[in-house]
Amino acid sequence: MSIFDIPTLDLARAQFAFVVSAHIVFPAFSIGTASFLMVLEALRMITGKEVYLRVFEFWKHIFAVVFGMGVVSGVVMSYEFGLNFAHFADKAGPVIGPLMGYEVMTAFFLEAGFLGIMLFGRNRVNRWIYMFAVVMVAFGTLLSAFWILSVNSWMQTPAGFAMNDVGQFIPKDWWEIIFNPSLPYRFVHMVLAAYLTTALVVAGVGAWHHIKGTADDAVRTMFRMAVAMILVTAPIQILAGDQHGLNTLEHQPAKIAAMEGHWETSKGAGLILFGIPNDKTETTDYKIEIPYASSLILTHSLDGEVPGLGDFLKDERPPMTIVFFTFRIMVGLGFAFAGIGFWGAWLMWRKRLHAPGLYHKVALVFAPGGFLAIIMGWFTTEFGRQPYTVYGHFTTAESVSNLSHTAAWAGLIGFVLVYAFLFGSGIFYLGRLMKRGPEGAEPVENTPQRAAGVAGAMLAKDVTTDKSEAHA
Amino acid sequence: MSGFAHYLPDIWAAIIAFAIMTYVVLDGFDLGIGILFPFLGSDENRTRAMNSVAPVWDGNETWLVMGGGGLLAVFPLAYGVILNALYVPIIIMLLALAFRGVAFEFRGKTRRWKPLWDKAFFGGSLVATLAQGAILGGLLRGPEVTGRTFTGGPLDWVSFFSLGTALALVAGYIMLGAAWLVIKTSHDLYDRARRVGEWSLIITLGFIGLASLATPFLHPEYFQRWFAWPGIILSAVVPLLLLAAGYGYWKGIRSDRGVMAYLSGIAIFVLCFAGLGLSIFPYIVPMSITIREAATPPISQGFILVGAVIFLPIILAYTAYAYYVFRGKTSEHEHHY
Repeated sequence: MSIFDIPTLDLARAQFAFVVSAHIVFPAFSIGTASFLMVLEALRMITGKEVYLRVFEFWKHIFAVVFGMGVVSGVVMSYEFGLNFAHFADKAGPVIGPLMGYEVMTAFFLEAGFLGIMLFGRNRVNRWIYMFAVVMVAFGTLLSAFWILSVNSWMQTPAGFAMNDVGQFIPKDWWEIIFNPSLPYRFVHMVLAAYLTTALVVAGVGAWHHIKGTADDAVRTMFRMAVAMILVTAPIQILAGDQHGLNTLEHQPAKIAAMEGHWETSKGAGLILFGIPNDKTETTDYKIEIPYASSLILTHSLDGEVPGLGDFLKDERPPMTIVFFTFRIMVGLGFAFAGIGFWGAWLMWRKRLHAPGLYHKVALVFAPGGFLAIIMGWFTTEFGRQPYTVYGHFTTAESVSNLSHTAAWAGLIGFVLVYAFLFGSGIFYLGRLMKRGPEGAEPVENTPQRAAGVAGAMLAKDVTTDKSEAHA
Repeated sequence: MSGFAHYLPDIWAAIIAFAIMTYVVLDGFDLGIGILFPFLGSDENRTRAMNSVAPVWDGNETWLVMGGGGLLAVFPLAYGVILNALYVPIIIMLLALAFRGVAFEFRGKTRRWKPLWDKAFFGGSLVATLAQGAILGGLLRGPEVTGRTFTGGPLDWVSFFSLGTALALVAGYIMLGAAWLVIKTSHDLYDRARRVGEWSLIITLGFIGLASLATPFLHPEYFQRWFAWPGIILSAVVPLLLLAAGYGYWKGIRSDRGVMAYLSGIAIFVLCFAGLGLSIFPYIVPMSITIREAATPPISQGFILVGAVIFLPIILAYTAYAYYVFRGKTSEHEHHY
């Protein structure tokens, strides 16, 4: 099959998957950064310490760039449902439309309305109004996550609706719709992911400046905060993910079967650590498994029954290979993040957190790890709910727009090229901002005697102390 | 209550129309400034012009999300059909808006590539505006619909009429942008904005005249509405009001009353919008799907109306406050990202 034989349905799916994957990394980072900025501004107001202001100003500039990319890719999202899945919009609109309407009215406007003041207004309003603006931006990002995850969760675990005579989903009970069975799990899992992802980025930037010898007190402060945040959120995230999995087992057993790599429903199922799912033979080959562990995790008993994909009709199965691998990458990264948290805590306890070493190199490598984990997690959940858009009720094939093959190709290529160029440039500029650091580059150790003032000299001293510690 | 429920689709049509109108007059001025970008004379002028809109453009663009999201929320059938039918110009618009949106952030981050982001800001603004005008033209011509599905082709929207509406919108946004610059800037940039304002007004009014002459002939039903009772009254009055608004803009530009010019520019857009409404009401997809056919049931429209009644006034209040915080002339060194 040549690439020109790809069905229009798959082109529409590819476009949606691409633009939503490209989008999700920006709001995930803005959710975390907005909350981080809120905490920094509050700490500055409470303690009066100037270092928090410097950390705030540094991340504010990064936030502005990320938020801008989130806005432009987010405007696209509000139109994607109709562009590629017009029939889904028509049929599910009465239920999901109002939720997205609430997202726009309670979250998007709030963020946008106060963003201008937050970015440019410090000298134009008093400090309480400024703090209020910062809080509103952070609150808006969380509210936005709540509404859009409510929509997504309803599509995964639909509740509180009936059907009308033209085949539309009609709301019956808004409470049941908004707080549908998977929302609490998904919301907690996603917000934690956003916080963890941001903490990893902050830690990575801090680590870089430690390695380069440009870690002033602002860098050290943010590095400590980030490591502490990883230490707290990563283990909680593992627990939250486990609970989310139990919820999925109850409502979407086929997804669980694909995630676990099970083809046959069985009691006392082993946990497959690695293997290669084979759609033809309906087996998972070359598997390495821990006996009984899958049953233990999913049912909390050694001989609990765990579903297999073979029990589902062929046209009702998600693609196991993608779900199986993306899930493993996500989980593997999650445990690695927890490891970074504990390692950092140990270094903190030994008072060696600021001594550049292997830890900082590892933290630097894992700086973008959260984004990868988020995208892998979304692939798991979104491929895992195929072939449905509204789980168990409405298929992706029924949802798609009436598109010409050429237009669908042109749209996909257009988005890929433009996003690659624009967001590639954006990430490059972000990297430059991060490298510059809170004080605007120049290694501190090269300029110890400069007229930069007492602070500079003190910083240089700190760095030297760190070095001697590292060699000790 | 059943009486109230009956009018929900009309109330929502009015709210969506308000959102789209607000989008057009707010993002209109910052898109207009983008289109004027290469013609501002100097790099300082460009920086000053961009800084004057930097704190507010994001909020302006949110009204576009409100228009799209609102349509999905209360008229999902229309949302699906319109986006399906206008797939190509809408994707072009979205990509163009992406170029200009990131240019705000990227322009100040690089010296070497600054000219590139200047071009992205200009090109993105221009193409987004052209696409929006073409979307309007394509919609007015009426997409082909069978049952609940768009059944036309991907390029059905292309026509001389939609080219005309595209160019008209460019002139109109320049007109709004010029008024904004008159309000927010001084010296050389201010003088340029005044000159641009004068000719953009004339071109805008000319395009409106042409479009008004062409629209009734797009569809027999449009013709009937414009020239039969009671539409004939509006057909007679609207041109006079347009001339009055045009005079207001002209006076405002020439007598250093930028706010008056800007408000007159808004009046011109509102009048055109009213004419559009007269042409297509009660259809939401011209001549195939009415507002009531596309409307979701009262339990949906009522639920979101509660939110709209509570939040839209609050949104308007803090949006106004944000504009108030950044009132007055913008200096070159302010509002850098």
